[in-house]
Amino acid sequence: MGIARTLISPFRQTSGLARWILLSGLLLLLAFVILAVFAPWIAPYGFAQVRESGEMFPRNGPPSGEHFLGTTEGFYDVWSRIVWGARTALQVVIISVFLSVLLGAPLGLVSGYLGGWLDRILVLIMDALYAFPSLLLAIVFSFLLTDLFGGGVTAAAVALTVIYVPQYFRVVRNTTVSAREATYVEAARAIGAPKRTIMAKYLFNNVVQSVPVIGTLNAADAIGTLAALGFLGLGIQPGEAAEWGYDLQRALPGASAGIWWTGVFPGLAIVLLVTGLTLVGEGLNETVNPTLRKRKLRPFTLPPRGAAAVQAGKGQVDL
Amino acid sequence: MSSGGGSLPRYIVTRLLLIIPMVFILVTIVFLLLRVAPGDPVSATVGGRLSEAAQDERRAALGLDRSLIVQYFDYLGDVVTLRFGQTITDNRPIIDIVKDNGGATLMLAVGAFIVALVIGLPLGTIAGRFRDTAADVVIRIFGVITYAAPVFYWGLLFQLLFAGYLGWLPSTGIASPITIFEVESVTHILLIDAVIAGNGHAILDVLKHLIMPVATLGLLLSGIFIRLVRVNVLQSLKGDYIEAARARGISEVQVMRAHAFRNALVPVVTVIGLQVALLLSGAVLTEATFNWPGIGNELVQYINVRDYAAVQGIITLFAVVVVVVSIVIDIVNALIDPRVRY
Repeated sequence: MGIARTLISPFRQTSGLARWILLSGLLLLLAFVILAVFAPWIAPYGFAQVRESGEMFPRNGPPSGEHFLGTTEGFYDVWSRIVWGARTALQVVIISVFLSVLLGAPLGLVSGYLGGWLDRILVLIMDALYAFPSLLLAIVFSFLLTDLFGGGVTAAAVALTVIYVPQYFRVVRNTTVSAREATYVEAARAIGAPKRTIMAKYLFNNVVQSVPVIGTLNAADAIGTLAALGFLGLGIQPGEAAEWGYDLQRALPGASAGIWWTGVFPGLAIVLLVTGLTLVGEGLNETVNPTLRKRKLRPFTLPPRGAAAVQAGKGQVDL
Repeated sequence: MSSGGGSLPRYIVTRLLLIIPMVFILVTIVFLLLRVAPGDPVSATVGGRLSEAAQDERRAALGLDRSLIVQYFDYLGDVVTLRFGQTITDNRPIIDIVKDNGGATLMLAVGAFIVALVIGLPLGTIAGRFRDTAADVVIRIFGVITYAAPVFYWGLLFQLLFAGYLGWLPSTGIASPITIFEVESVTHILLIDAVIAGNGHAILDVLKHLIMPVATLGLLLSGIFIRLVRVNVLQSLKGDYIEAARARGISEVQVMRAHAFRNALVPVVTVIGLQVALLLSGAVLTEATFNWPGIGNELVQYINVRDYAAVQGIITLFAVVVVVVSIVIDIVNALIDPRVRY
């Protein structure tokens, strides 16, 4: 109850636009979660299915009764690939964001609190990784991982994790450094709390505040990067799972020949999912971040002068 | 470094010296990942096609039969001398790829940057000035969509519309074969070469090919510019000096132009400089979309044939470019804004 109220209270204080942004983002996201979770029931065909009852699907077939978004040059059903693709995308993003928080946040906490050489070296490495173009980093890693372990959802997720670890590291480390000398931490030290307790109990809760916002924005970015890897032929291969970026790559040669359905729809799915996640991130940011927040102005009535000053909620100010 | 505010030359020297450890770390990371981890790049690359003896020969030629430590220092030497090694599949020095394909990438990047500035600066300013109005909402949605849609999706949509449906523009490539044949390569930047040659048809042809890729990459960047400019205009509008300017009765246009916009630009310049990384990533994808003969497209080709040495060289090159550019931007910022030096 108490937690729910703390979570909702900043939301209630947002002005119309921030709330609208957050809500529409959540709605879009929900739609994709439904597609992903119920993919076997929603998708009419399998993601790698090219024939039904012995009959091949048409190649590059335009939208029709059986294939209402058409078929691709690889004989796949476009709509089924989109539905299954939602599952792939969400799987990869959840794994990679989870892993990168799991790695980045504790590293940042320890590095920021302990300081010293460990901190310096970690900061240098993380800064170097952060300065690196993220797509190129992902290319290097998925290039490696596909050769070492074969492709698949896990390899793609791990390749994306590497990009986002430095972000959590930086944010958590910087907050830790500034919180380290705060009075409550000093007090904890004074009563003899060991370093581990201070980090796990006192600092952790104060430092993780910004993680959800970064997490959602990273998730949005991860969708795009996953698609980019697929587009470059590095991500998940078509037999392993449906992936929108790969579908777009296959659709490209048909574009100037007027075959629009193979590319427009998977791309639209990417745009909508990324938009949804971005809106949620932005909405959260405007809600949580006090420097961006515009509080709703609530009418406040002064108690009437003199007698019955307690009757606040009612009448106009009587001057 | 913090004592006495620090002088400008000292700041510049420290920033320049910082290039060394940053590049060193990046080179080491890329080397470790691509040279050590997969085992043997030659058998991974040409294993199926060459005999054992021929592979050994290739290994010896590339110096891969030596110990990793020796190879590492050798590679560091290659980076310091800006050679970046050579490819396995076609024995091409990486620096040749830069010479042959760098011009196309540069043309694309500069064009995209201009498109992004032309779209981003005015829209961001309007959105910031008229916060929470319909204009703000529309511009922000535009910004979110440009960011949400992958560059290759924009590319695909442009190709569908302008090349497929309307047939106005060529769908891929940097120029028609006739133009490439006619124009003599002087600067390796085709547009400039065409201008030097004074060949009107060639200039027109290059421009036609240039429109879609530049617009695609420019849109990606413009979304970022809009966000940045908007936030910074919002911040600077909160400043006391804005209120002071308004109180003095200065017209709103003048307040925006001389007070808000100019102060909003300083942080924008910094962050725009950091977009070089995004620009490079975007360029790789744009080039792959439009079969644009730039460095990114070469990278993709070498990825497809699993040429480790080529991927390593090109990625290292990109890393060096990013580090050097971001540090140069830092220095430029210090020259513009004295508050940066501390």
